[in-house]
Amino acid sequence: MNLPTLRFLTCGSVDDGKSTLIGRLLWESRQVFDDQARALERDSVRWGTQGQELDFALLLDGLEAEREQSITIDVAYRFFSTPRRRFVVADAPGHEQYTRNMATGASTAELAVLVVNAGKGLLTQTYRHARIASMMGIHHLVLAVNKMDLVDWDQAVFARIVEGMEPLQNELGFSSFQPIPLSALRGDFVTRRGENAPWYRGPALLDLLEQIDVAPPGQDEEFRISVQWVNRPHPDFRGYCGRVTSGVVRPGDGVRILPAGTESRIRSIYLGSEECNRASAGQSVTLCLEDEIDVTRGCVIASVVHPPEVSDQFEARVLSLSGHPLFAGRSYLFQLQTAQAAATITAIKYKTDLQSGMRLATHELRQNDIGVVNLSLDRAVPFEPYERQRLMGAFILIDRLDNQTVGAGMIGFALRRAANIHWQALDVNKNARAGQKAQRPLCVWFTGLSGSGKSTVANLLEKRLYSQGRHTYALDGDNVRHGLNRDLGFTEADRVENIRRVTEVARLMVDAGLIVLVSFISPYRSERELARSRFAQDEFLEVFVDTPMEECERRDPKGLYAKARRGELSNFTGIDSTYEPPEAPELRLDTMLSSAEECVDSILREMEMRFAQPDQPRIEEKPL
Amino acid sequence: MHASDLAALEAEAIEILREAVALASRPVMLYSIGKDSSVMLHLARKAFWPAPLPFPLLHVDTTWKFREMIALRERVAAQPGVRMIVHTNREGLEAGVTPFTCDSERYTTVMKTVALKQALDAGRYDIVLGGARRDEEKSRAKERIFSFRAAGHRWDPKMQRPELWNLYNARLGPGESIRVFPLSNWTESDIWAYILEEKIEIVGLYLAAERPIVERAGQLLMLDDGRFPLLPGETPRRKMVRFRTLGCYPLTAAIESRAATVAEILAETRAARMSERQGRLIDHDQTASMERKKQEGYF
Repeated sequence: MNLPTLRFLTCGSVDDGKSTLIGRLLWESRQVFDDQARALERDSVRWGTQGQELDFALLLDGLEAEREQSITIDVAYRFFSTPRRRFVVADAPGHEQYTRNMATGASTAELAVLVVNAGKGLLTQTYRHARIASMMGIHHLVLAVNKMDLVDWDQAVFARIVEGMEPLQNELGFSSFQPIPLSALRGDFVTRRGENAPWYRGPALLDLLEQIDVAPPGQDEEFRISVQWVNRPHPDFRGYCGRVTSGVVRPGDGVRILPAGTESRIRSIYLGSEECNRASAGQSVTLCLEDEIDVTRGCVIASVVHPPEVSDQFEARVLSLSGHPLFAGRSYLFQLQTAQAAATITAIKYKTDLQSGMRLATHELRQNDIGVVNLSLDRAVPFEPYERQRLMGAFILIDRLDNQTVGAGMIGFALRRAANIHWQALDVNKNARAGQKAQRPLCVWFTGLSGSGKSTVANLLEKRLYSQGRHTYALDGDNVRHGLNRDLGFTEADRVENIRRVTEVARLMVDAGLIVLVSFISPYRSERELARSRFAQDEFLEVFVDTPMEECERRDPKGLYAKARRGELSNFTGIDSTYEPPEAPELRLDTMLSSAEECVDSILREMEMRFAQPDQPRIEEKPL
Repeated sequence: MHASDLAALEAEAIEILREAVALASRPVMLYSIGKDSSVMLHLARKAFWPAPLPFPLLHVDTTWKFREMIALRERVAAQPGVRMIVHTNREGLEAGVTPFTCDSERYTTVMKTVALKQALDAGRYDIVLGGARRDEEKSRAKERIFSFRAAGHRWDPKMQRPELWNLYNARLGPGESIRVFPLSNWTESDIWAYILEEKIEIVGLYLAAERPIVERAGQLLMLDDGRFPLLPGETPRRKMVRFRTLGCYPLTAAIESRAATVAEILAETRAARMSERQGRLIDHDQTASMERKKQEGYF
């Protein structure tokens, strides 16, 4: 029987002979070409550590720095095949400072060959690597006790090492565990059984690799696919591209789109240009749905019967990858499948001592540390615990400043389970609410100096909208500062918080299907950008009420400028606090040239233009 | 190897292609006209069907490509939905840099590496798709699928981003770029098996035929046009040969072979005792030459 490609990892302490072992596997499975063999003979003389013998490790340590120092710095990927199976080998570095590279190799491997030097026994790195392999979700472990020739194939040495490994095997619970005595240098028990250990009854390494079945035990996996790319070449085709993460899907199957929670059915499935009647885990496909609903990169299309959870708070195991330690309170970019979010580590619960497994208190995760943290995201993402579905639970953290990948994480569980119920029961959603009101929800954000005319224009606009049968609400300093924001003053920090709260209230109102008119001075560009970022692109209209300072002061409807000039008001915008005018507002109103009525006309025109755009009214998609 | 292995490689390559395009603002695919490029182009069509290719193809033309290669390039460029950009380093050409007048290292630097950088800078491409495979050469075995290039296209092995699971970090600062290799996990045999299965068009030079050959320093060189200067005593002879890789014609040697169909090539590749790059004269310049060339920005 032919089994699918086996991806395995070799690991273990430095000098235990990992590279030699793989070199031997390549050599014996006739993967080394004659010109490479001649190069190997040359290199062995120059850099070899085996005297007159071929140094197989040199087949793998491809970087000059590695050859010079006889160590492996990076993960090397090698391919070989036998008549029975194809293999991808990740050769991971042994030095402690390269633990992250080992984790990289482990992340895509199904089996680990942990190499131990028979002469040295179990070392710190042996324990570390067994633990990392287990944490990274590898369920099959081969303990390759190498250099047995140097201990005269002494059965007692082998037995001691295997015995020493037992407590860890019991703790980590690999589903298969096979110790093999071998000599990578001589070749015994690598590709064939040797004569030297008649007491060993198990398989040679290659026999085991050819025959082991690493498929997870037979539970039916639910269908999931993460959308990578939306294919929309013309109005008649709208396909969602991705690689099926798990399960099987057929045309006609009901699916749920997450995180939105909307539902549809599969209309058709394409593999390349060929339409097919099923897609299963591992295939790269394009799916078309029955309904025109909002699906973008980052969404998961899942079985409607058992969709994955959706949450914005997790407990996760994180490996720190870079020279910058990970801290609680710091914000990172988060990538899980194709979904992106901003993530903050809210707490570092502990780090794991990789030798003993002990939990140690810490306030930071340094390079190569593995710890358990709480993460909070700025939006909810679909996921599954890493233990259940590797790819649906794996994420990376990216530093916002230098764009380096600084962390690799595995989700344990969601911290806010209530989110599941909330996000999955979204049949009455924004589109439905807006549809009932026969309007498009929108936030019109007026910014400008005190006395520029924001409230005058907003009030007039609300009257006009009301008379057209629209459902509106106006938020301004008068109705917000006296209640919700009563506790806030006029310092910079308070102004920022003021705007944040107003933004969130406006967002809820837009979600309720309303047209919201916000008139706040909102002097800082960054806060207005933050406000904008909380809305969909077509739901936010920034209106700059552009009235010169002198004119505002002349109008001074509330007598505030006079007070500020007298020193009775501090932090007054325009006088002792700055106003940053918008750089690219959707609309700029010049109140020196236009009347309030004319200003309202231009806003209504802008709104109509948006309404008129052809593919916009999503409210008709899902009649209730 | 069985069919599902090839299907898995195809699915993985398509996933990588789509990821690159989704994350790029200005993607481009390097098109060398070789067999790996033919496979890449085929995969890209599958990945984005029914949309046209979401990136242009870029061919760095040294002016020393085999004529049959250029003919295939022109056929591909004429296909609907294909935008082919051809770039030659004009300064190099005017300075008279040819494979017959310069040593192979200088020629490669000027006409390939520098030319490639010129074309990439001109297009301000941020994600550059290439057909390199990890099985080609030792230093390639450590290459990432998303390989980060600092400003100036420099490859620093110590600056590469960890690549876990199928998660690729494509965030870039000014001047930085990423080269993406969807065929990373394919071997030479996989390429031929796929060409056979999918009936992909390749340059005829890969198939054995009688061709005019001179033997020089143990290498079989083909006379493609009148620009090949014969040394005293050299007479071209007709030999049954084919090419395992295709580059510039004086720098790519043929092998003796009778494999005249893709199926025969596949059988020959599986039984091969020499590595694919044996015919690439530039790799033998110095030990670790590939690593050095990559650091300077070579593909």
